[in-house]
Order: sequence, then C-alpha cells, then structure tokens
Amino acid sequence: MQAAIIVFPGTNRERDMRLALKRASGRDPVMLFHREAALPKGLDLVVLPGGFSYGDYLRCGAMAAQSPIMRAVKDFAAAGGHVLGVCNGFQIMIEAGLLPGGLLRNATLRFLSMDCRLRVERPGTAFTGHWQQGDCFRAPMAHGDGNYFADDATLDRLEGEGLVAFRYVDEAGEATPAANRNGSARNIAGVLSPNLRVCGLMPHPEDLVDPLMGGIDGLPMFQSLAERLVAA
Amino acid sequence: MKARVYVMPKAGVLDPQGKAIGNALEGLGFGGVRDVRAGKVIELDLLETDPARAKQAAEDMARKLLANTVIESFRVEII
Repeated sequence: MQAAIIVFPGTNRERDMRLALKRASGRDPVMLFHREAALPKGLDLVVLPGGFSYGDYLRCGAMAAQSPIMRAVKDFAAAGGHVLGVCNGFQIMIEAGLLPGGLLRNATLRFLSMDCRLRVERPGTAFTGHWQQGDCFRAPMAHGDGNYFADDATLDRLEGEGLVAFRYVDEAGEATPAANRNGSARNIAGVLSPNLRVCGLMPHPEDLVDPLMGGIDGLPMFQSLAERLVAA
Repeated sequence: MKARVYVMPKAGVLDPQGKAIGNALEGLGFGGVRDVRAGKVIELDLLETDPARAKQAAEDMARKLLANTVIESFRVEII
C-alpha cells in the first residue's frame, strides 16, 4: 500500500500517522505539503492527519479545505480512491464536503484529552476489515470540536445505509450518554462515504499501534488498510 | 462598499458557547436572560459599488466559506 499524508500549516499528528502506516504496510508514506496542486500517481490511500490546521481560523478545517491540494484529494476520492481523516483531518473532510454533517464545539466546552472506547458499527470496509461487528477498542482522543452534528434525515440515512463506522461506547459496549463525552449526535465517532472508501473519525487509532505507546488497539485499522489496498 | 456578514449557529443546533455565556451572566447577577446565542461578525470591504451586486457577492462568499450552512445561518448587511 502506498499512502500519502497531507501536511497543512498547523498539522501536528503526521508523524504518528506515518509510523502507524509504515508499521502496518512496511512502506513509508509520502508526505505532501498543502501547496501541491496534484497527488503523485499510484497512490492507494490519502490520509488527512490531526492537528490545528491554519490555527482553526474561521472554523476547524475550513481553511485547509480550500487549500490547493484538497481539490486533488476530492478528485482522488471522486475517482474511487481511499481517504482517511482523523481528528482535524475529519473536520477538513467535512468542510470540504467529502463527508456529511458538521463538527461543533464539544458539548461540555472542554477540550477532551483522554482515551475513549469505540464500537465498530460497520465491519468489512478497508478501514474496519480486521474487526467484527460490535468489536470495541480503545482510542485516544484530543479535540475541542468533535461534537458530530447532522439533521435527523441525514442521521437516519447514515444509519440506514450502514455508513456509521464507529460509535462512542462505555466499558460494557453500550452507546450511553456518559460515554459520549463530546455530545455527538447518536454517539457517532466516525462516518463513511456511500462507496465506503472515505472514512473520517475524531479519535486517534494511529496513537495506539505499538506496545511502547501503551497498546496496539488501533493497529487493526492500519493492518486492514495495508491488506486490502495491496490486493486492490 | 462594505458588507457585514452575521454568522449564527442555526436554530436547533446546540450552542455550548452561548450556554456558557448565559451561565456566566447569571453568575454575575444578571437575571432575566432566557437564552444566549453566540456567533460571529465578518466585515468585508468590497470593490463593488452597486449595493445589490455587493450583497449578492457577500452572500456567495458566505455560502462558500464564511458560514458552514449545515450548522450555521448567515445574514448579509450592506453598510
């Protein structure tokens, strides 16, 4: 799998993402700066990592979504390419219209820096192929604006079409209000595009991919991508 | 010609900032505040001299960038 990581001014999680992708695929991802107008040929995956692109000016992700490289990323996605966005990357995807909804300030107004538990709602995708339906795993989160919002019709459509990738759950695997610390609609932590090739989520699976990090709970996502996108 | 763009959280969208401001006002002893909504104001200095066209341009800018119409509404005023 050949992946590319997009780096915007203010991106700060690109090295964690690089480590996770390299660990799972054995290939070093290409790092691309936001000013590039085109993606290199032969990419299997484009990743928008976390951070605070453009200082979160206007709205989180709003400025990055207008940068030159995002036009190329949108074309890549429209042509059936796989795109993963984590945290600020998810916010950028939403602002760029790659995924539906919006991400509001956390309901508590607090920046949340802690582990959460995610339940896999849609296994079998390139992102979730190493998990079974209902599997739960730990993932660190670190965000101020991760409160997923969409109108009821959009939420019903996402659920009806199986496009909710992950939900925040408690230790028992239940999607309770207490487990939903940022206040997201229906405990949604991550969503998928209709073709299941674009996935965005707020928590950071890339930060648990080595025992030295405290666990490998997030590694299955990258192993799944490496496996699926080699075969493709 | 100047345009002022008011961007507000849409009706029905949770506004945690507004809620926090409301709580702080109550803490300061200001009673009688039923609800607070916090948005932003963006001023544009435009080359356009025709008010109708200036308003149209500012609205296009708001739809495309200044507001996220999934979660925010906007209103343009020519000043």
